[in-house]
Formats: sequence, C-alpha cells, structure tokens
Amino acid sequence: MAAFLARRLLYMVPTVFLISLVAFVIIQLPPGDYLTTLVAQYAAQGESLDQAQLDALNQRYGLDDPFYVQYWKWISGILFHLDFGQSFEWSRSVSSLLADRLPLTMALAGLTLLLTWIVAVPLGAYSAVRQYSIGDYLATTIGFLGLATPNFLLALVMLWVAFSTFGLSVGEANPVTFAIAILVLGTAGTAGLIRILRANLLDELRKPYVVAARAQGLPEGRLLVRYPLRVAMNPFFSTIGWLLPSLVGGEVIVATVMNLNTVGPLLLGALRSQDMYLAGSIILILGVLTVVGTLISDIALAWLDPRVRLRYR
Amino acid sequence: MTQQLPPAGADQATGGVAGTTVEDVEPATVSVASQWRLMWWRFRKHKLALGGLVVTALLYFVAVFADFLAPYDSGRLDPEYTYAPPQSLHVVDTSEGWDWGLYVHGYTAEQDPETLEIRFAVDESTKVPVELFTRGPSYRLFGLFETNIHLIGPADPDGPPMYLLGADRLGRDQLSRIIHGTRVSMSVGLVGVAIAFVLGITLGGVSGYLGGRVDTVIQRMVEFFMSLPTLPLWLGLAAAVPTDWGPLTRYFMITVVLSFVAWTSLAREVRGRFLSLREEDFVMAARLDGAGRRAIIFGHMLPSFTSHLIATLTLAIPAMILAETALSFLGLGLQPPVVSWGVLLQEAQQIRVISTAPWLLLPGLAVVIAVLSLNFLGDGLRDAADPYRR
Repeated sequence: MAAFLARRLLYMVPTVFLISLVAFVIIQLPPGDYLTTLVAQYAAQGESLDQAQLDALNQRYGLDDPFYVQYWKWISGILFHLDFGQSFEWSRSVSSLLADRLPLTMALAGLTLLLTWIVAVPLGAYSAVRQYSIGDYLATTIGFLGLATPNFLLALVMLWVAFSTFGLSVGEANPVTFAIAILVLGTAGTAGLIRILRANLLDELRKPYVVAARAQGLPEGRLLVRYPLRVAMNPFFSTIGWLLPSLVGGEVIVATVMNLNTVGPLLLGALRSQDMYLAGSIILILGVLTVVGTLISDIALAWLDPRVRLRYR
Repeated sequence: MTQQLPPAGADQATGGVAGTTVEDVEPATVSVASQWRLMWWRFRKHKLALGGLVVTALLYFVAVFADFLAPYDSGRLDPEYTYAPPQSLHVVDTSEGWDWGLYVHGYTAEQDPETLEIRFAVDESTKVPVELFTRGPSYRLFGLFETNIHLIGPADPDGPPMYLLGADRLGRDQLSRIIHGTRVSMSVGLVGVAIAFVLGITLGGVSGYLGGRVDTVIQRMVEFFMSLPTLPLWLGLAAAVPTDWGPLTRYFMITVVLSFVAWTSLAREVRGRFLSLREEDFVMAARLDGAGRRAIIFGHMLPSFTSHLIATLTLAIPAMILAETALSFLGLGLQPPVVSWGVLLQEAQQIRVISTAPWLLLPGLAVVIAVLSLNFLGDGLRDAADPYRR
C-alpha cells in the first residue's frame, strides 16, 4: 500500500506542473490583455485612457514582461505565499474572491455527489436484478434522457416550472434554486452511474460464485449486497475523480443560468474580460482538484479491491 | 472483408434463414455471410437502435435540404410579430361548410396600455392560406442552382407571415431557424469527430503498434489530457478564439477546440484494440504466413476493428453536439448570424423571457432528440460490432 501511495504521489508532481502551465497558456492565448478590455470599456463610455496611464498600469501588472517571467511571478506567489495574484476586474485578491465562493461551490458539488449515489445505487441494482422489468425500462429511459438533455436546458425548464406553476421567485439565489441546481447537476451523473452499475452487476450476477452462494441457501438480499454489489460498486469509487471536475464544469453553466454565487460564473466573467490571474487560478484549482480526486478514487479502489493493490507490488 | 464459416463451402444463405442464428444451420450446408451482413442482422434486432438510425438519417436529411424545408431564411425578421405564439396548421375549414386546404389562423395584436407590451391572440376569424411547394425567398440549392420553391409556406409571400412554432424577440420564425440550425449543430459533431479521429487513430495506432517508450510517452500525454477539467478547458480555449473572426473560421476553430478533448478516448480505444488484436491467432497465422507488417495492420487488423471504431465515433458525436450547444449558449461558441441550436437557445437565457415565450426552448428539444437518437444508434452499433459475440 505504501509503495502504491508513493508512486501515485510522485506521478502527481509533473501532472500538476503541466496543468499550471496549461492554465497559464490558456489565459495568455486570447489576443490582447486585460488593458485591451479596459480601453474598450472606457471607449464605450466615451472616455479614454492616455498613454501614460496605460504605461503605468502595464508596469504595475507586469503585462509587458516575457511569458516565463509572468509565469514565475504567478506560480512562485502561489507556491510560497498561497497568493494567487490580483483580479484586475474586481480589484481584489483572487484568494479572497475564491474564499467567498468556493464554500458554496464545494457544498453544491458534495451534495450533488451524495444525491447521485443515493439515487443511482438502488436504481442501478434494481434494474440489474429485475432485468427487462417495467422498472428496468423506466430507469433505462430516464437514464438515457438524463444523458441526452443539456444541463442548462433542464435547469431552464425546471426554473420555468417552478416559476409558472408554483409561483416561486427565481430571480436570486434561494434554497429552492439551490435545490434545483443540485437536482439538475445530479441528473447526468446519476444517469451515467445507473447504466454502469447495471452493466457491471449483470456481469457479476452471471458468475458461478453467485450460483454457488445461492445453492448454499444464502438469502437473495444478503447475497446481492455482500458479494456482487461490492464488486460492481468499483466504478463508483473510480468516478469520484472525474465527477468532481465535471460537477464544477457543469456547475459553470447551471450557476450562470440560475445566478448562483459560485465559482462558475466567476470563471466565465474572468475569461470574457481576460482577467488573467483570476481565470488562470480557477482553472489551476479545478485541475488540481481533478488530480486529487483521481488520487482519492485510486486509493479508495486499492483499499477496496486487493487486485488493484497487488498490481503495484 | 468476408468471414467464412467452417468448413469452406458453396451454399449462399438467404437473408431470411440466416437471420436466425448461425448455429441452426446443418453442418452439411454451409452459409457464407460477410461480417457486415452479420452485423446488420444483429443490428436489426435492436429496435431502439433502428429507430435511432432512422431519426439520425432524417436529421441529416433536414440538414442537407434545410433551405428547401424551411419556410423562411434564418435571418428574416418582422418587428410587428415579436414573440408571436405558435399557430396550428389546419387542413379542413368547417366554419362555412367543408372547405379543404391548408391554412393557419392570423393574429390579433393587443397592446397593454400600461406596460406597452404587445400580446398576440390567435384570431379564429382570419385565415392565412398555406401551400405546399410554394414560392418564397430564393436560395441556392447545394450552392448550384437558384430556386425559390419551399416545402411549405404562406401562399402569398407578401401577405401575413406564418409561425408554426412561434416567433422570437425579433419576430423571426422559430421553425425556420431550428431547421437552419440543424445544419450547423449536426455537422459540428461530424467535423469535430473527423478531426479527433485523425488525431486519435494516428496517436493510438502508433502507441499500440510501436509499444515501448513511445507508448509510454503517448499514454502519459493521454492521461494528462484526461486529467484536465473538460469544461473549463473548453471555455478557456473558446474564449481564446478572437471574436472578430469570420463565421466559418470560428466554426472551424470551435470544432478543433471540441476535438481537442475528444481524441484522447479514441486514442485509448484504438490502442486497446491494437494490443488485444496483436495476440489473436489470426494475426499470428498471418505473420507465420509471411505477411509484412503493413499487410498485417491494414489487411488483417484494421478491418477487424473498423466496426468498433465506427461505433465509438458515433458515440462521440452526441457529446460534441452537447458541448457546442453549451458553449454557444454561454456566448463563447458560435456567434449570432450563424444559427445553431445553442445559438438559438441564447434567446432563452432569462426566465422572464421563457415565461412569455416558452416555445423558445424548442431548439433544446431538437438537441435532446438528436443526442438520444445518436446514442441509441451508437449503442446498437457497439452491440453489433462483434457479430460473433453472444
């Protein structure tokens, strides 16, 4: 187990480094920089910035420095002082902005994950045990629909239903919109997991050991939970890794539709106005979260499944 | 490629008989059916997949003949009919006896004295005659010959307009715009998958074929791309596409951005197939037979996993359609003069707008139908890809 852990941790270092590089490259890609946006904004208001002011701002933000100097400034700040830089648009430090919004984002992601599991495990198990029953067809259909509907469309429809039939106010964030957001975000993940669990469990149920256990007179319920379900649950743990970033990703769109104060709309706004440190830091944090999520799921898998653990001997 | 059932014989199977199972055939009479035929027989049994195939084919038909099928241009606006509700198409008029012929009812507009909001009601007393194969705005079919025949439209092109699925903020016909949007939305998936396919098959093939150090490097690269959070990456890259680029270049760049992520799973699939096929007996047999590497790869290995590749590609298209829709909805994808379903849904961003004009959500329905049918089709293809598996 220790060797496995050490190996996985070692793999993380170059990956995180590359992710930070990619995050920085992405925010440098658009032509122009934040000052271009600023000048455009001033021009739209009929004002203008003179060259001296522009130079001063350039100097202050270090926008004229070569790429590697800017990158080093940014990454060394994060590494040594946990300082993610300044947001140009908000005139605040990125860290304080994120501190405002990350808790709600994480709460949203965590609750969604919980909902996904609570719904997906029984439904998936049911549709595998009662294959080709009406319930199975229903679960499969809902699963397919959930996968095919874009998140934001579902959010819009549910908001509309809440608005028109129940007369709920949906203009600003409130518990109802929060609940809708969780439901919407959970749908796609649930649909995917139901399908995976059903397929895995069907494979497991056909194995001889299940027949043997049944022949021994083990009650059907205990038989299911104790053996095949445990094996079929593997994908649930391996999905933590990608579920977390995909949740935050889906959350960008859903939160934009619903006006939630999470990281998503912040990222979108930052990308639009080329607020480079803010956008870069969010992409970096999401990337690191993905890597950490993969690590957690790998550890969980190794802990649960000796076959995975022994491969790293 | 033709697979022969042992022992090599002569009798050709008829479609009906061999449609059951191959094992039923007596050993004396040997049927020969190509792999593709076996796949088709297996695919046919999957009713949902068959339905998916039909709907997908229909959607691409609509995309190809969009100009002919849509009553109007995608950009035609009419400020007098903002948010006009959908009209229903009638065949028989029973108000004064029986009068056959297609028609829709006209509108009565009413302005709210306080909010100045214009409300439309369908006026049962007026009739707007509708014709099939009517003359409307002219267009170039396939960019070749100019014509102005449309499948359906108001009989009098200069008279009151027809809104079968309602109108949007600028009085543009929602039906026409959805039909024109089909073109972009359905092709984004195809073009994007084509790009991802080239990347995936080259890198995956090289990785699986050469093995060793090259394989390790490419696999690390794939893992790295997979560990990047998809949506923020898409958002970042799409935001990097300059807004002043022409619609065509922008369209192309967006598909490149989408395929940037999609190629990784394809590369994995191709590599996995290569690795498992390398161990198969028939590859060994070909090698012992003195076939060269090139002949083995292109003559023996590639044909045996083409079907799997097609299934994987089909399943990759809906993800791209969804991604394009999401990007365009957020305003980072395609930009307004171009119509795609995502661009159309931009109109439906505010809940207040949706509550006055729920029909603006209809492009979303088109997305769901397209993605569902492509998923069913891909699922069926995947099941049918290996006709010998039971």
